[in-house]
Amino acid sequence: MAEAPKPSSSVKLVLLGEAAVGKSSLVLRFVNNDFQENKEPTIGAAFLTQKCNLPTRTIKFEIWDTAGQERFASLAPMYYRNAQAALVVYDITKPTSLVKARHWVAELQRQASPGIVIALVGNKLDLAGESQSTSDEGEGEDGGDARKVSTEEAQAYAEEESLLFFETSAKTGHNVTEVFTAIANAIPETSLKSARGSGAAGTANRAGEEQRVNLSGPRDAGAKDGCAC
Amino acid sequence: MGQESDSPVEEQPPPLPPRPHASSVSSAVDPKAFQAQATTAITSLDIQTLSFPDGTRGTFSTHSRSTSTPIGSGYTSPNPPRPSSSGAEGDDAASIMSFAPTMRPAGDIASLLTSSLSKKSAAWNLLKAQAANAQPFEKHYRSADDRLANFEKEFDALPDETNEYFKDDERLAIWRSKLKQYMVLSSAGKPIWSRHGDLNLINSSIGVVQTIISFYEGSKNPLQGFTAGNTRFVVLTQGPLYFVAISKLGESDSQLRVQLEALYMQILSTLTLPSLTNIFANRPSTDLRKPLQGTEALLSSLADSFTKGSPSALLSSLECLKLRKSQRHTINNTFLKSRADKLLYGLIVAGGKLVSVIRPRRHSLHPSDLQLIFNMLFESEGIKAGGGENWIPLCLPAFNNKGYLYMYVSFFEGVSGEQATAPAAAVGQPVGEEIAMILISADREAFFSLKQMRDDVAQQLAKNGSLAIIRDAARAGRPSMAQIAPGSPICHFLFKSRANVQFCMSNLEPAFSHPVKRRRLMTVYHELHASTHAKNAHLKILQCVSDDSTSLAWLTPAFELYCIGGPNLSRAAMAQGANKIMQWIKREENRLFIIGGGVF
Repeated sequence: MAEAPKPSSSVKLVLLGEAAVGKSSLVLRFVNNDFQENKEPTIGAAFLTQKCNLPTRTIKFEIWDTAGQERFASLAPMYYRNAQAALVVYDITKPTSLVKARHWVAELQRQASPGIVIALVGNKLDLAGESQSTSDEGEGEDGGDARKVSTEEAQAYAEEESLLFFETSAKTGHNVTEVFTAIANAIPETSLKSARGSGAAGTANRAGEEQRVNLSGPRDAGAKDGCAC
Repeated sequence: MGQESDSPVEEQPPPLPPRPHASSVSSAVDPKAFQAQATTAITSLDIQTLSFPDGTRGTFSTHSRSTSTPIGSGYTSPNPPRPSSSGAEGDDAASIMSFAPTMRPAGDIASLLTSSLSKKSAAWNLLKAQAANAQPFEKHYRSADDRLANFEKEFDALPDETNEYFKDDERLAIWRSKLKQYMVLSSAGKPIWSRHGDLNLINSSIGVVQTIISFYEGSKNPLQGFTAGNTRFVVLTQGPLYFVAISKLGESDSQLRVQLEALYMQILSTLTLPSLTNIFANRPSTDLRKPLQGTEALLSSLADSFTKGSPSALLSSLECLKLRKSQRHTINNTFLKSRADKLLYGLIVAGGKLVSVIRPRRHSLHPSDLQLIFNMLFESEGIKAGGGENWIPLCLPAFNNKGYLYMYVSFFEGVSGEQATAPAAAVGQPVGEEIAMILISADREAFFSLKQMRDDVAQQLAKNGSLAIIRDAARAGRPSMAQIAPGSPICHFLFKSRANVQFCMSNLEPAFSHPVKRRRLMTVYHELHASTHAKNAHLKILQCVSDDSTSLAWLTPAFELYCIGGPNLSRAAMAQGANKIMQWIKREENRLFIIGGGVF
């Protein structure tokens, strides 16, 4: 598959959501197929890249994994500005995190680029009893169903706002690559073409970004197999 | 009481004229209480013969020759608290010996003690024979009076509320058994952070602490600290915040206060001073836990590094990676050449040791700021584990406590340094070998230009072989005492260059790799440091003799040297060892320390 170069384009994606819902864990699962119990909170933001191979093209995600703490909220516009995709994450065991997610969706719709693809993601599905095959009875009593946000409620909200919707588990890996693949598919072809030239802000960092894309082209060819999708 | 004790005295005259009635007193009190313990000796006599600030070979007093003979090594202190030896004479002799080297020239002692030494038991002779090669901290510690008996459990988390096997008072008992506690609370009494125990469990203790502090605060006589049993409480008040350190590890007040300052700096680094002041000016009862959310791990890793014993915190200085001068020069130049316009500070760090720093001519970096950065990167998992590149707003309080700077952090992966991004860079690499590039800018939008700079520098460093050199140096670790001063009886040293605000030390492996041994070592250094830095102490040289180690502190305006050897080392052997270390440091100075650094 490597010999025929498919058109490749980069997509800026931002993760938003309350603290400790599992944003970094989702990214870690997607990028490294890894999971860490009790991960310490992200400070500021982390920048990662991962490629996603679609039948007709390759999408290179440039992922901004932001910290969820309130004090970093004022920095968020810097990360979602010019983003083509956003993952708004909540924790299915914590209703307040969905409230926070709604706030983020509203802010994105108000302030981010008009064509932005937003996915609503309910994480920590492994803590909900029904869909996962829990191995033994012991944890079934307490941890069996910690779910506090129903799929229907979130689904209805996502449809209302025309968001992509997934429930995932970064711990088991359930649905994680599917989220990113779905986003990659949902990005309109036109937005990919315009992504480079538009230069909406025309700032110095945009120039840097372009250079970086050019530089990394040949180098990354070897790492192509890393992506599971 | 009077009649019963008086009557025997009347019937039998006192055995010795000088103490007729004192005998009843001494029989009530353990006679051992009057015997001298091994002691701390200030040895001013030989100082002049030791000090060679320029590191050239010096002349020693002839007594040092005698160190190799068994008699010479015998005049140092044995282990006084030997529970088996009940004979008062034996113990008295021991105390004479422990005092001896500080009171009289060594040669006299040797002849003085020859006779008494020959009377010692076979076990004592056996011990004496081994004296020269004895390692520090090898004596058998009785768990009852060893404060480090539970040190290995010090960092274990308390069982949490959901654990049914522990009741609240049991969890409190575990909490109390911790050797070191830190608490941060607001002046209104709201708990903010504590190293051990969730705040619900220890809420009442925090209430008590707040009451005590505010009582003194109210009388305009702020409480600095107090002692309860073997536990020292030290209080630091910073605006609306109270910091409390509770230590059973025997640190001095000022050392504990430095640790509390560091916690305060971490809080400032998260919030900045104006916003901290604002929060409490508007609402004094604010719960600061919310704004600080996510910082707990950083505070805890700071606290833990103090509890383990941090030379960096003790000496308020940094450690550098040992590199050849030309190699560091190449790295600095590579770094400078690719400098981005927006760059304020650039650092390359390997396993918590500074490799290279570039900075504007007018600004230098303060060690306390770097300590916060190193703690964030190398002691806590938040950044390493996440992988990728990081863009972190932080305030460097010593640089400017009013505003944020933005820090780009990327860990290197693989020898080539080729990777465009570093997913999960340092995961799986042994601690101490992770190499990170840190680029700091005042511009929050500078991420991509700094990222570009990092890619360029990484590529150049890989091309000119510097990256491999850094990696090898990091892997090689600190030099061992055998390399520094072959044949010297000194087991470990710690050296601070005051001019460069940097320190170096010998390898902790293998003798001090165990956390408890390491802590004992650090405790000795803390004690030396405390004695030599006490307010009215104008000490230049201090030698401490205890039953488990011999240690030496040597201070000049240019440097501070602390070193340690086995319990039976002679003063001359220590001095000779210290001089050997100094010669080595002088020779390696340009490799051990970053002098100047890259300036633009």
